[in-house]
Amino acid sequence: MIEVKNLYKVFGKKTERVFPLLAEGLNKEEILDKTGNTVGVNDANFKVEDGEIFVIMGLSGSGKSTLLRCLNRLIEPTQGEILYDNVNLTDLNKKELREFRKDKFGMVFQHFALFPYRTVQENAEFGLEMQNIPAEERQQRAKKALERVGLSGYEDQMPDQLSGGMQQRVGLARALAVETDVLLMDEPFSALDPLIKKEMQDKLLELYEELDKTIIFITHDLDEALKLGDRIAIMKDGKIIQIGNHEEILKNAENDYVRDFVQDVNRSRVLTAEDIMIRPLAQLYPQDGFRTAIHKMKKAGISSIFAVERNRTLRGIVYLEDVVEVLKEDLEDDTKIEDLVKEVPTADPAENLDELLADIANLDIPLPVVDENNKLLGVIVKTNVLANLAGEDVI
Amino acid sequence: MAFVENILGILATRIPIGNWIQSLVDFLVINFSGLFNGFAEIIDNLISSFQAVLSYGHPFLLIVILGLIAWKLKGKGLALFVVLGLYLVWNIEMWDPLVVTLASIITSVVVALVIGIPTGILKAHNRAVHIITRPILDFMQTIPPFVYLIPALMFFGLGNVPGVIATVIFAIAPPIRLTYLGIKQVPEELKEAGIAFGSNWWEMLYKIELPGAMPSIMMGINQCIMLSLSMVVISAMIGAGGLGKPVLRSLSVVDIGLGFEAGLGVVIIAMILDRMFGSKN
Repeated sequence: MIEVKNLYKVFGKKTERVFPLLAEGLNKEEILDKTGNTVGVNDANFKVEDGEIFVIMGLSGSGKSTLLRCLNRLIEPTQGEILYDNVNLTDLNKKELREFRKDKFGMVFQHFALFPYRTVQENAEFGLEMQNIPAEERQQRAKKALERVGLSGYEDQMPDQLSGGMQQRVGLARALAVETDVLLMDEPFSALDPLIKKEMQDKLLELYEELDKTIIFITHDLDEALKLGDRIAIMKDGKIIQIGNHEEILKNAENDYVRDFVQDVNRSRVLTAEDIMIRPLAQLYPQDGFRTAIHKMKKAGISSIFAVERNRTLRGIVYLEDVVEVLKEDLEDDTKIEDLVKEVPTADPAENLDELLADIANLDIPLPVVDENNKLLGVIVKTNVLANLAGEDVI
Repeated sequence: MAFVENILGILATRIPIGNWIQSLVDFLVINFSGLFNGFAEIIDNLISSFQAVLSYGHPFLLIVILGLIAWKLKGKGLALFVVLGLYLVWNIEMWDPLVVTLASIITSVVVALVIGIPTGILKAHNRAVHIITRPILDFMQTIPPFVYLIPALMFFGLGNVPGVIATVIFAIAPPIRLTYLGIKQVPEELKEAGIAFGSNWWEMLYKIELPGAMPSIMMGINQCIMLSLSMVVISAMIGAGGLGKPVLRSLSVVDIGLGFEAGLGVVIIAMILDRMFGSKN
């Protein structure tokens, strides 16, 4: 069990002058004006039970990452106690602290923090190297961790050869390989595309079921907090303003700040396009010709394909029959594949499903979901809509 | 009025910087000659050892070995250039000065790196070291080398040793600066990852900071080599041997051919070293 008692972090010089002001009830901005000190964490108190997922949520600048870093003293707390099974971490000396970090905490970072000069395998081995595990056992355990996160076969690649989602899997494997009881996760999925993010959340829950771990998870996304967290703490201006399980957070929003957060969710509890979209089976790029188009459609078993720019900006849709026609009539030299691109209706990721139902029902093709820059995020297909309406996997 | 005149008088008094330096050098020469001699001996031994290794057997042996190294490092094209270039140097009878120059440069670069890289590491970790070294490095990089040729001469006498010392002073700034820069540029999150998984100072340095800084350090090494080469002729003025000597001689006897041949040797060795220890392209 981890227990945090009266934890403060004040940045800047002469931090002692800040505490009387905090006691007077001055807020973060007033203190910054008066002393030039920034209050990162203001009197945090909470307990994390063994084996639970504890989510700390807040907007950027609310102090959530600072709080997380205080737990393993990546940032030195100014005052307060952190008890881990009755050991007070703030009392440990440098060496004891190092041992503690090695044995108790695994950490996953927002921007992955993979070592670019190490292979995937070597990255996963890093924590074990710090623990002085012999090479052979190290390799096996890292391999197993990579297998768990679904990266078998990628051991010898370099991190920059992988996509963002896969890089974060390596980050996760690195933290799993050390087999610590606690995982500290600092907004691990917020740098990822919505679809990949969903995949990773599912993966994390799957691993959580398999392994006996306590997870402290930072996010700014309430949907993510509700999906993953057993309990959620909401932070604002360095203070924890509410702690509770889903129902408590949603029902008894304790102040306007939480209410604003939550209102947003209540609306989005109705499914949105983003929730049900899936990855398109294939995409047609500008350099692809007629034969590539046919090959791609055949391989994916589809009769139309979305045409996109290199950066995945949606151009439209190309039908198989049109392509076949061109080849049959031998018009290959006179026609360009651009001529076959037809316009399609699109959906916004935040659009509600019930507004979309009519569109989806009338379309013979999947409905593309695009962001404000017309970038293709995913597609909605009829069967998926039905499955979701049947009540699977709502949040 | 008298007061103002007094002030002006004081301000107009010449500050004897030159005299101070002169006395400082005199003081060092008189009191620390033992230290300098010991240091000179180490440098001298280094130069002679490298020279002995480089002149082992027939010159063609070294040419072939360097060709093979170039092949291994960068491929066939460079290997061919190395072999042809060095053959040309041998053919125009510049081989012996070339070996002396090469030995001096290797010594200078080794000394500069052995001092420079750890200094760069220290500079990145310690603010005091950073603040102290910054003006010194500016000074070393910008002051004309001729200025410290004379003290080098007084401390270490004539010959290859003061040449090497002057070269080290001239070429040591890039490895220090670029090692510092490389370590500073390692992303904060990577260092955090290191600490979070329990690395100590030493593991942090050689598993995270140095590998991350490697491209920058390699650039520092490359620049160090190039700057050392540019000192070849200047160090010949205080009696260093090698390709600089014929260049100087050609200047005094107006021998265009000799000057060009020796200069060509410098160019060839510079290109070879740059391509071999430069970045990928």
